[in-house]
Amino acid sequence: METIISIKPLLAVLVSLFVIPVLISSSNKPNVRESWIFVAGIIKFILVLSMLPVILSGKQIALTLFEFAPGAAIAFRVDGLGMLFAIVAASLYIVTSIYSIGYMRGLNEHGQTRFVCFFALAISATIGAAFSANLLTLYLFYEILSLATYPLVAHHQDEKSRISGRRYLTFILGTSIALVLPAMIYCYHVTGTLEFSTAGIFAGQLSKPAATVLLLMFVFGFAKAGIMPFHSWLPAAMVAPTPVSALLHAVAVVKVGVFSIVRVMTGIFGVDLLANFNLGVVVMCIASVTILVGSCIALSQDELKRRLAYSTISQLSYIIFGVALLSPQGQLGGVIHIAMHAFGKITLFFCAGAIFVATGKKYISQMSGLGKKMPFTFAAFFVGAMGVIGLPPTGGFYSKWNLILGTLEADQTIFMLVLLVSSFLNAFYFLPIVYKGFFGKSEEENDDTPVKIQEANLCLVIPLIITAIISIVLFFYPTVFVNLIKVGLGI
Amino acid sequence: MDNYPALIVVTPLLAALFAGLAAWIKERLSYPIALIGLAVSVYSAFKVLMQVIASGTIHYRMAGWAPPMGIEYSIDLLNAMVLLIVSGIAFLNLIASYKSVAQETNDRAGSFYTIYLLFVTGLLGVTATGDLFNLYVLIEITSLTSYAMVALGDQDRGPLASLNYVFIGVIGASFYLLGVGYLYMQTGSLNMADVADILSGIHGSSTVLVAFILMMIGIWIKMALFPLHVWLPNAYSYSPIAFARVVAPLMTKVMVYVMIRMMITVFGFDYIFKTLNLSHAVVWLATIAVLAGAIMALSQKNLKKMLAYIIVCEIGYMVGGAWMGNQLGMTGAILHILNDALMTFALFLAVGNMVYKLKKVDLLDLQGLFGKMPWTMAGFVLAAFSIIGVPPTCGFFSKWYLILGAFEAGAYHFAVALVISSLICAVLFFKVFEICFFEPMSEGHGHGDSHSLVAIEEAPVSMLIVSGLVSLSLIVAGLYSGTIVNTIILPFLK
Repeated sequence: METIISIKPLLAVLVSLFVIPVLISSSNKPNVRESWIFVAGIIKFILVLSMLPVILSGKQIALTLFEFAPGAAIAFRVDGLGMLFAIVAASLYIVTSIYSIGYMRGLNEHGQTRFVCFFALAISATIGAAFSANLLTLYLFYEILSLATYPLVAHHQDEKSRISGRRYLTFILGTSIALVLPAMIYCYHVTGTLEFSTAGIFAGQLSKPAATVLLLMFVFGFAKAGIMPFHSWLPAAMVAPTPVSALLHAVAVVKVGVFSIVRVMTGIFGVDLLANFNLGVVVMCIASVTILVGSCIALSQDELKRRLAYSTISQLSYIIFGVALLSPQGQLGGVIHIAMHAFGKITLFFCAGAIFVATGKKYISQMSGLGKKMPFTFAAFFVGAMGVIGLPPTGGFYSKWNLILGTLEADQTIFMLVLLVSSFLNAFYFLPIVYKGFFGKSEEENDDTPVKIQEANLCLVIPLIITAIISIVLFFYPTVFVNLIKVGLGI
Repeated sequence: MDNYPALIVVTPLLAALFAGLAAWIKERLSYPIALIGLAVSVYSAFKVLMQVIASGTIHYRMAGWAPPMGIEYSIDLLNAMVLLIVSGIAFLNLIASYKSVAQETNDRAGSFYTIYLLFVTGLLGVTATGDLFNLYVLIEITSLTSYAMVALGDQDRGPLASLNYVFIGVIGASFYLLGVGYLYMQTGSLNMADVADILSGIHGSSTVLVAFILMMIGIWIKMALFPLHVWLPNAYSYSPIAFARVVAPLMTKVMVYVMIRMMITVFGFDYIFKTLNLSHAVVWLATIAVLAGAIMALSQKNLKKMLAYIIVCEIGYMVGGAWMGNQLGMTGAILHILNDALMTFALFLAVGNMVYKLKKVDLLDLQGLFGKMPWTMAGFVLAAFSIIGVPPTCGFFSKWYLILGAFEAGAYHFAVALVISSLICAVLFFKVFEICFFEPMSEGHGHGDSHSLVAIEEAPVSMLIVSGLVSLSLIVAGLYSGTIVNTIILPFLK
């Protein structure tokens, strides 16, 4: 495979980092500060996009920064998968930045400079993780991301966020130190390299029990992916301001977890080894439990953001499920769900935040009749929900279609049931919200009074309309993402 | 000029003399003298390191007397590195100390600088010398000066902590000296290289065995290896902060260096790992030290005490790595000498800034500190991440080698202990961060005016700059650990 050396991946990572001192120095001028965020966000997105043609043509872009031991370096390598993830994260960062202006100012939040600085740091780490060439670099950015998001989760600095922040770190930092770190060093001990390669790095040096234990250490260790029983940090993290929940806890953070597991399965173990030891099924069972249990718990949540969080937990496991199918179609369906779920779920979170800012309501039971007041928000919510359930005409349909074909291709028909049951549950916990929103009776008013439209401010509404539209567009034009995955996985 | 090896040690010594004399004339004169003395020492140490990297080990004979009669400084890659660490940290600390010494020891600044320089001279001498008895004398110089320093500190508890330190320190030194006596009895020489030559023929001798064990126990007491650590926490937390900042990162690390020197140069790997076969027991001891240090740190209510116990834990890292019996473990131990010195220094610098403003640093005194001292806290956070072992800070990379070494030696218990201690350190530091970050007793959703803006009250700029630079150096050292390992540690081990 042809490799081009370029400094672009490094720049794409650093651009949000460089802007942090500027943000701090302009902390008294919110408008100046916010415009710098956009400058950095747009430059980052352009840098990422500028690498797209090269990647689509089947080449890779690489850059080694520090070689610390043979086979263990801090290095970037942009391939199809990384590119897909980076495009999703960088584009949604811009949209979220608009949203976050509306949200933070709408609620007159404190500490806004601190908030935007750590947000920028978090997005840098996300892009870094997407472009990592080896497990060491991935681990590095994974840890930076965990630490950078802690002040965002604990933003309110009150007792509730202290408890949630503690749980957040215990699960995320705890598992990565206790499980991933030793597993990673053990891999290096056995093979002398940590470089991702589609053939895997072990080359027959691993017995089946050792491989199973290692794989489980990675799957549970990357707890950002929300595999049960290490999922409960995600609902706890919902105390954060909604832009954080939207971008970080529906897209960036959780998907770095999933992305790491995908990388380990496809780049460290390799599909062949997993197939030989029959480990795909093990991971699929774990993922299936999370898919079903997550959906069931989501049903019982009345706080909208928590319901979305449990839905995310369940949806993340779709991705792992798809990759663990080890069949081309299944892997395509799984990985493309990174993008499809991102646009759907972020729309839902944007809506939850807009409802909160406009009306102060957090609980689903309070939301009946609200759709008449906030028609755009609820329409977008409907689109987002269809995306997550997997109904046409949204991108979510494409991933679910491929996942189901994947189960057939891999001859795992029984697992197809998991997907079908889960879709049913998804519909069950999302659609009543929309239905009651539009057709239910509101608590305060009688039917006679004419309803006035009371949407949240434009900074909140425009982003959610944009992401809803993209969700629909992706149904018709998933080609770029599909090609990236085909190039990335060599399928 | 060929006299750099001597200059490293001699200039601080002369500076100590002149600083003491100058203080008689005018208290203020001693500071610039101390600064110049250490600056020359740092420069010489840098020159020597470059020279050793370029052309190999330097043998410097004091006053031209040839060994085994005369005293020889033998500087290879390992002690060239440690010399630069010691003189560099001592110099930077002096810059940061200017304000805090005046505050803490008001009328005794002159004697502080004199003792400080003598202490540093002792450490540098210990590192540079190639003579076993000379080493003892220099260890005693560092110890005596630190007893004095501890007594200079906290008015109530300093003297008692110092007395404790004296008793245990003297016992440690006696063990070492006794060991040297046995060795002299057997070999008739005190020059390290010479002794090593003679020893290689008589590995079975029980006199040598006794000498080795006595010397090791002496060194372990001085380095505070659990359970011989009891003097350390009080001594470090009750001494003046300007001294704590230098003794905490350097003293124990120099003693680790001495241990490694004895293992590699004097007794030799063959003797230790083949004839003695003690490595299993010592690695277990180190494992317990790591865990015990971390657990004891958990129960501390004072920040300085907490950090002191973390040092006890980190000592276990280095002892375990050195005794692992393979190159990876030893690489980790040596790399950790550098990294741990930097990290501990960074932590104590941040604590020094806090002490300067808050006077005492019980954990509950730290509330709201992120708002009050943002720069100090930024430095503290970086150093804490390095102790936890978050890449790309340097603490991660030494941990990497140590765990890798443990895997290779099959010492999985040590690897597990390292992971657990990282987790405990994460708990420890986030406990501190929580106190500094969250507001006490605040309820409900924090909007707008419920958060009063805290005015920034930072430490003096001189302290902030040093603390910031050292904290950033943790990342630089981390990113360049490959270079450090390849140019210094691996060539040394070959």
